[in-house]
Amino acid sequence: MVAQNKKAPAIQLEEISRIYQMAAGEVAALSKINLTVEQGEYMAVMGPSGSGKTTLLNLLGCLDQPSSGRYYLGGEDVSALPDDQLSEIRNRKIGFIFQSYNLIPELTVLENIEIPLFYRSHNDPDGLQRAVRLAEMVGLGSRLDHRPAQLSGGQQQRVAIARSLVNDPLIILADEPTGNLDSTTGQEILSVLHEMHRQGKTLVVITHDVSVAQHSSRTIHIVDGRIKG
Amino acid sequence: MMLPIFFQRNLEVGLKSLWHRRLRSLLTVLGIVFGVASVIAMLAIGEGASYEAQQRIKQMGSLNIIVRSVKPPAEAGKSSQPMGIDKYGLLKSDFYRLQTIPSLRQSAQLRRTRETVWQGEWSFPGQLVLTNPSYFQLVSLSLASGRLFNENDYLYRSNVAVLGAGLIQKLFPLGGGLGETVRVKRNYYRVIGILSDRSISGGGSTVSAENVNYEIYIPLSTGMSQFGEFIFKNEGGSVQREWVELHEIVMKAGRESDIPATVSLISAELKRSHKAADYEIMVPLELLKQAEQTKRIFNIVLGSIAAISLLVGGIGIMNIMLASVMERIREIGLRRALGARKRDIVIQFLSEAVILSAIGGAIGVILGIFIPALVTRATGMKTIVTVWSPILAFAISAAIGVIFGFYPARSAAELDPITALRNE
Repeated sequence: MVAQNKKAPAIQLEEISRIYQMAAGEVAALSKINLTVEQGEYMAVMGPSGSGKTTLLNLLGCLDQPSSGRYYLGGEDVSALPDDQLSEIRNRKIGFIFQSYNLIPELTVLENIEIPLFYRSHNDPDGLQRAVRLAEMVGLGSRLDHRPAQLSGGQQQRVAIARSLVNDPLIILADEPTGNLDSTTGQEILSVLHEMHRQGKTLVVITHDVSVAQHSSRTIHIVDGRIKG
Repeated sequence: MMLPIFFQRNLEVGLKSLWHRRLRSLLTVLGIVFGVASVIAMLAIGEGASYEAQQRIKQMGSLNIIVRSVKPPAEAGKSSQPMGIDKYGLLKSDFYRLQTIPSLRQSAQLRRTRETVWQGEWSFPGQLVLTNPSYFQLVSLSLASGRLFNENDYLYRSNVAVLGAGLIQKLFPLGGGLGETVRVKRNYYRVIGILSDRSISGGGSTVSAENVNYEIYIPLSTGMSQFGEFIFKNEGGSVQREWVELHEIVMKAGRESDIPATVSLISAELKRSHKAADYEIMVPLELLKQAEQTKRIFNIVLGSIAAISLLVGGIGIMNIMLASVMERIREIGLRRALGARKRDIVIQFLSEAVILSAIGGAIGVILGIFIPALVTRATGMKTIVTVWSPILAFAISAAIGVIFGFYPARSAAELDPITALRNE
């Protein structure tokens, strides 16, 4: 594995385009995007629906690959890696937080947090301890053996946050993390994210909610597949 | 180092989700259970039936060649002999001529008639067999007590008899019998030997052997002078008279490889002196081979039935696995996002399918061993569960899990994580 360069930016996009082949012809969801996110930054991505922000998130999360351009994640070129290596990158360097939490209903809180540990190529003897510590950090230390259905929406999202952190990733990608929550609970989640940022994590939050974006240290707007401002 | 962990964890995931849907899993697995159970049970019943047939044939002696008198097909309306006596079958002269065939080691001539055997007030319809002392060796009859008659008894036409175990029980219900006297018609015989029980359990066999248990053996020399060569049969009110010198000639070949040549020699020799087809040649070895052939066909038929039920079981597994994949599209997307490789997803679903079919296979093996025992108990049929049949059936069931689980597992792994995550 490439040694992580402390000085390398967390995310560096060079002339990234993502073009979809449609029946009506080619549609560019993203065109020639250049973006650098330094380590420890807390960045919000805003934009109307259909602007390409979800496409950007998929690319940043290594779930999708660019049609052209280069993507350096922590200094490593990940723009054209084979599927297995992308899986490993997702596992080790990226933490996902989804709008709808995406917990597995059969598994307990602790087991849900442990999922990313499952897919590590090497066994991590401290993994379980870290999962328990993270559950405590998000305030669910006493509910380790609860099922998702027994938790409130806010609590479920806290489990998802703990899960995103369990492999100590380089960046955290959050897609509308408060979209399914009421404003009070949403604020709580945002303060957890803020705390993560304070501890030095790199965060990219996608939202169309201005109040969410206000928490970030930097906001970019995407319109028609291009970055504005 | 990496592989066992990777396997063990995906197996764990598979087991967990099976447990979550345990009732449905169990129902799905029934197809495999019955498939495997029927493979084992049918093989056991087939094996048992053919074992019985082979035992019967072996009783006739695997090196023996048996020639029997048979009544030739009646020529419509006319009787070949005056006074309505049917004369047919093997002659003593046949026996002496056949003895000149060099590849034969031993031979015996037999007359068989149904006669009532008496002992005081007890009587039983037995089978009277007049023969040479060598017959006992030819068909390897063994003694329970006493002795067999020998060349001396034969030479001096002694009034001695050897009785089957069943007949002894009927005539001497209180036990004993050895040294006592039994009567057939007006002739009295001393019981010098009792044969050991040679009953074969169960029925429905393809080959009928002589019911040795109800036979009474008397030296041919003794019997010939007492009973003559006529046989009177009462058939439907009218008396039928037959003249048969010998009912059977049993010959033993020296080696198995001599049998075909010896049979054709015997056949040629008999054809010269017999115009009508009033005899048949039976070769137990050939019957044995036929029985084995029959068994093979039987096995193929049973095997295909079992294969069909296993196929149905496999389709059931494929069905539930596809349903399981459909239900968990989002979970698959999530696992992919969190770092699962395609092969992790394949292993997860494949191990689920294999666990499912292996559990079915294990239950099936237990049932399959249990059913033949029940069949034996209920019908008295012999069943044999061979060691390899449960192993084979279990291996097949596990293989079915792999084969029918592969397509669903592969389709799960090939899902695009982005679309899978967006699935509602």
